Amino acid sequence: MSFTTILQQCLTGISLGGAYALIAIGYTLVYGILRLINFAHGDIFMMAGYFMIFSMASMPWFIAVPVTLAVTVALGVSIERVAYRPLRQAPRMSVMISAIGVSYLLQNLATYLFTALPKGYPEIPFLKRIFQIGGLSASFVTFLTPVLTLVLVCLLIFLINHTKIGMAMRAVSKDYETASLMGIKINKTISFTFAVGSLLAGIGSILYFTDRMTVFPFSGSLPGLKCFVAAVFGGIGSIPGAVIGGFILGLGETALVAMGQSTFSDAFTFILLIVMLLIRPTGLFGEKTTDKV
Amino acid sequence: MKNITKNKNNLYSLLALAVLLGFLAFLQSDTAGYSYQISILERSAIYGVVAVSMNLLTGFTGLFSLGQAGFMAIGAYIVAIFTIPVSARASVYYVSGISPVIANIQLPVPVALLLGGLAAAGLAALIGIPVLRLKSDYLAIATLGFSEIIRAFIAAPMFDTITNGSYGLKNIPGFSSIFTVFGLAALCIALMVLLINSSYGRTFKAIREDEIAAQSMGLNLFRYKELSFVISSFFTGIGGGMLAMFMRSIDSKTFQVSLTYDILLIVVLGGIGSVTGSILGSFLVTSGRELLRFFDEPLMVAGIQIPLFRSGFRMVIFSILLMVVVLFYRRGIMGDHEFSWDGLFRLIRGVPDRLKRLKKTPLKAGKGGRK
Repeated sequence: MSFTTILQQCLTGISLGGAYALIAIGYTLVYGILRLINFAHGDIFMMAGYFMIFSMASMPWFIAVPVTLAVTVALGVSIERVAYRPLRQAPRMSVMISAIGVSYLLQNLATYLFTALPKGYPEIPFLKRIFQIGGLSASFVTFLTPVLTLVLVCLLIFLINHTKIGMAMRAVSKDYETASLMGIKINKTISFTFAVGSLLAGIGSILYFTDRMTVFPFSGSLPGLKCFVAAVFGGIGSIPGAVIGGFILGLGETALVAMGQSTFSDAFTFILLIVMLLIRPTGLFGEKTTDKV
Repeated sequence: MKNITKNKNNLYSLLALAVLLGFLAFLQSDTAGYSYQISILERSAIYGVVAVSMNLLTGFTGLFSLGQAGFMAIGAYIVAIFTIPVSARASVYYVSGISPVIANIQLPVPVALLLGGLAAAGLAALIGIPVLRLKSDYLAIATLGFSEIIRAFIAAPMFDTITNGSYGLKNIPGFSSIFTVFGLAALCIALMVLLINSSYGRTFKAIREDEIAAQSMGLNLFRYKELSFVISSFFTGIGGGMLAMFMRSIDSKTFQVSLTYDILLIVVLGGIGSVTGSILGSFLVTSGRELLRFFDEPLMVAGIQIPLFRSGFRMVIFSILLMVVVLFYRRGIMGDHEFSWDGLFRLIRGVPDRLKRLKKTPLKAGKGGRK
């Protein structure tokens, strides 16, 4: 393998990793606050793909993108409202089953509305323009994804550390009841968290599917699981952790595909997860918690 | 007095069993005519075995595992590999040939099923050592991950001569009669019920209720969790083997995560922690899915086609029903109780009272939802 090929693969890996990172943040935020694996997050990402197809059909891209993101956010927030909020006092297993139920519902709904056949993803012309740097050639989106990911992550970290709503999010994730006693509106904070998570999933979806060209009802489930693994790998609840996890996963997967082991690229994710959980259950940057009796 | 009611209940059970057997014999007498009904019932019984084994783990030991599809895949592939008639193998492995190691080994069905269960149990024992140290959702995602890894290995090109890769295996010998399926399923479930009612079962429940308390009572948490995981996987493997025989042809796509979710739905609907609930759930879910099939057909009312009814609508309705159960009837049909005749009669006697209450306050009854 020549040096250029390796560089080319690295670029693909970083680009894939950027999209993974954006989705993984959604998992990490929700898990940090609700202690819930939002199984539906991958399907929100898939639905965002469909929203984009339909809005691009009738609007130019600079209107279609905000519309897609807005609808995705609305979907994420309403899922929380309908399926998770009534179970706030229920055991954790019930909420998790509800999340699996929502994921199942979204997949079936997508199959029903848009059929199970893959649909072509619309091209945004300037994203698909091919750039040549030396021996490397890649579309603009490949370069844009990691940059955009880092910018968004910086914004998000600023939001969490330096704004009032960010402080509320941190408080709720630290201690639910005390936060509510301090006058923080728990439900509003959780809705906001879901909105941020869904927004990032929407952006990630545009970047991811522009490279993949097609969307089908199950195209969200495996990336969703992988991004959860990325979040666990980086330490659940930690945003930089989720980003690094996403990039490692993207690079590792691309490397396996490049070596001709594409069958195991999915298995690689889970092996990574299990190894990480055994060596360091809290992930790279996770905080250690102890159980109290 | 107590003795009389007990005898009476036993009599009812015997009667119900006789009716069931009669019904099965009636179906069996015309397998061609009732093939649709038979296939629904057989699938229900097989799912019932897997659901009860998942319940053993989730409902009785409190371990939320999502690895069912993987263990079913192991059982199914072992049964398929060792029971496909040697003469038919050339036509099954027509793409990449068959590995000489397994080419001429053909086992009788019961042995193959047992072997499938044992293989699943053995793998569970290995996986359990690292994974069972994890708690709730981490355990769920790790077992889900293992199930995907198993599937990836089955589909991997390097095992083509054993698993036939993405082409799958066909010509698996089926069940001779519906009685075999029901008998096997009943045997598996009975064994699990015996386990649940034994001292081991009580230990499992102690772990489910409070791990730390159980540990301070001197129970070896890991040992019992591992035991529950291994036994559950054993029966899941057997269930998978039965599914392979029922479907006659399998491939790695049969055992996707959605299969695990199907089983989970059955367990949730029936009630987490109720064996009879799981059995009831598997029959309801499997037949419900078929009954809702008319939603997939175009519907004409007074010459106008109702636009909603087309392919896929059934699954939407099905998943909405599921969400309703999860959100509003979180305990499922049976909760964590078991079926008993007394309970059934109490329910029937209670119906007129409930109807009366409904009539008295028709408005309030509709508004009873949670805020």
